[in-house]
Amino acid sequence: MTVAQPSSPASKKRPLARSALRNGRWAGFRHLLGARLLELAREREVIFWVFGFPPLLALGLGFAFRNKPADRTTIALVSTPYTSHVLSLIDQARERSAIRTERVDRARAADGLRLGKYDLVVEPLADDRVQYNYDPSRPESVLSHSEVDDALQTAAGRKPVLETSVHLSSEPGSRYIDFLIPGLIGMNLMNSGMWGIGFALVDMRQRKLLKRFVATPMRRGDFLMALASSRLILMVIEVGLLLGFGVFIFHMRVLGSFASILLIGAVGAVAFGGLGLLAASRAQKIESVSGLINVVMMPMWIFSGVFFSYERFPALIQPFIKLLPLTALNDALRATILEGSALAGQSGRLLVMFLWGGIAFALALRWFRWT
Amino acid sequence: MPAVIECCDLRKSYDGGVEAVCGLNLKIEAGECFGLLGPNGAGKTTTIEILEGLLEPSSGDVTILGHSWNKHRRELREKIGISLQETRLSEKLTVRETLRLFASFYCEPRHPDDVLEALELNEKADALVGTLSGGQKQRLAVATALVASPRVLFLDEPTTGLDPQSRRQLWETIREFQRAGGTVLLTTHYMDEAERLCHRLAIIDHGQVIAQGTPGALIADLGGHHVVEFALADRSGNEPALWRALPGVDSVRSDDGKTSLAVREPHKTIPALLDVVEKRSAQLEHLTTRQASLEDVFVRLTGRHLRED
Repeated sequence: MTVAQPSSPASKKRPLARSALRNGRWAGFRHLLGARLLELAREREVIFWVFGFPPLLALGLGFAFRNKPADRTTIALVSTPYTSHVLSLIDQARERSAIRTERVDRARAADGLRLGKYDLVVEPLADDRVQYNYDPSRPESVLSHSEVDDALQTAAGRKPVLETSVHLSSEPGSRYIDFLIPGLIGMNLMNSGMWGIGFALVDMRQRKLLKRFVATPMRRGDFLMALASSRLILMVIEVGLLLGFGVFIFHMRVLGSFASILLIGAVGAVAFGGLGLLAASRAQKIESVSGLINVVMMPMWIFSGVFFSYERFPALIQPFIKLLPLTALNDALRATILEGSALAGQSGRLLVMFLWGGIAFALALRWFRWT
Repeated sequence: MPAVIECCDLRKSYDGGVEAVCGLNLKIEAGECFGLLGPNGAGKTTTIEILEGLLEPSSGDVTILGHSWNKHRRELREKIGISLQETRLSEKLTVRETLRLFASFYCEPRHPDDVLEALELNEKADALVGTLSGGQKQRLAVATALVASPRVLFLDEPTTGLDPQSRRQLWETIREFQRAGGTVLLTTHYMDEAERLCHRLAIIDHGQVIAQGTPGALIADLGGHHVVEFALADRSGNEPALWRALPGVDSVRSDDGKTSLAVREPHKTIPALLDVVEKRSAQLEHLTTRQASLEDVFVRLTGRHLRED
């Protein structure tokens, strides 16, 4: 063993600067996570879309669907010799404030109905005969028909044959906003999970930053873990923000524990993070990953009951809808937040999310391209 | 002493069947600054990325510091610093944050602040990467390689697109690293960069080394150290054999109406050349003489110019 170096010209010069640092096992992970959070915090658009937009949406929809009385219906009253009699009947009705009438000729009435200006066309044929004209596939027309018919019949002297009483429910827990907030939380976790992971990775690949990272001793697992951790941290903020918004602005009642909600959120974030990773595993360009992410998210926007219950879809496709990760997430969130059901009852839904995330993650790791 | 970087019969073909690298041999010693010089698309980047362990060769062996990539990947990563061609670092991190991030990947990195100082980036330490000029970004890219405290530095076209001052600044940084005992492998398509910075270089074309040696030796191999270029108004009587017969001429090349003579002793050749021109009562349109450069070496070897893109 020789100690002396051959005297190359280089060895006469000053030695390489001595390193002043020693890094531990987790230094890379800590710095990757810190860098990721700093980048996010400095990205104003991200802040808006992740944190600002969902509460704004909740605010808008929440006020739009506030507990206001049912919409006024606008009907066309076709001018015939018997029109003034019908008009006077409507004026006597208890519901008259909810019915707006316009006297027009038959052609205008048909046009208005077709264009959605009128919900219903009423054509008086005699003093005691009226013909209704409407499209039965339009809910507001159906409603209008029963409302107007009821008003006319009552005014004309019909007596109720069955005694009924009504209990109106607008308690917190059964309002539209109560339904909406958990749906928005789910949708937000999907959006930010898929974009936050998928977009970020492809962007880094396109910039050759991923390649630059793997040209260092960085542990690839640490890199992915840091990305996942940043998602989880963001998830807590996103969930807290929307839930807090619901509680303070709309006096929503949260029945489930915050810990269960966060756990469900975490599983959801994992599921969508896995899908985001899969979408990003090979794409070289932002454009291609954007398309892919939209294709994956589109069915869930429609079917998973974000804004409206998926019960409206045909029973035949209900089982498939329930297998979508966002459906599972939304259902689990609603059950926990609105009904306070125990986590154990959500195991099926948690499993659905876990499988989506797990399978996507496994495939992504197999296909993932660092360069 | 074993070579720091060694590769033997390196080949790389891509899916389409195009061979980017075909049978490349290199041996780079400790403390050397070695350059891969060649036009765009010659296979320089493919070669350097295989040597960096970022691309898998189709066949052939690579040894870095006596280790192979397959067996000692992590150890090797600790010991080499890399600057890729055109990496766009995160724009929303500051210069210092970026360097700290890269430093955190290594067991024993250099202190990021030392590197900032060495590359004269202290003034920009707290500026976001997105606000840096091209030259500053390129220096930061080299800084991320140097913060590794590497023994070997791989630089892929480190000065492409930089202004002259930034280039000189980077050259100084590379020289300093190499003076401190480091080994450098760089690719470039600037012949002046190769000439000034590299101890030895390999000229690469179509994935093969077509010449290798010190810049001086490569130019000397050309036959002459000077180039006499001239053009005659009447291009019809342009016979290479005639010029070849002039005293001190080692080789003749015609290119775009101009004739270049590789010449050992211009003071003997030029009077003889003028004599011939006089005798044939031809008209001289253009006459220059200059030192031979790597460009001439490249043109001689390939018949093309380096910067013909």
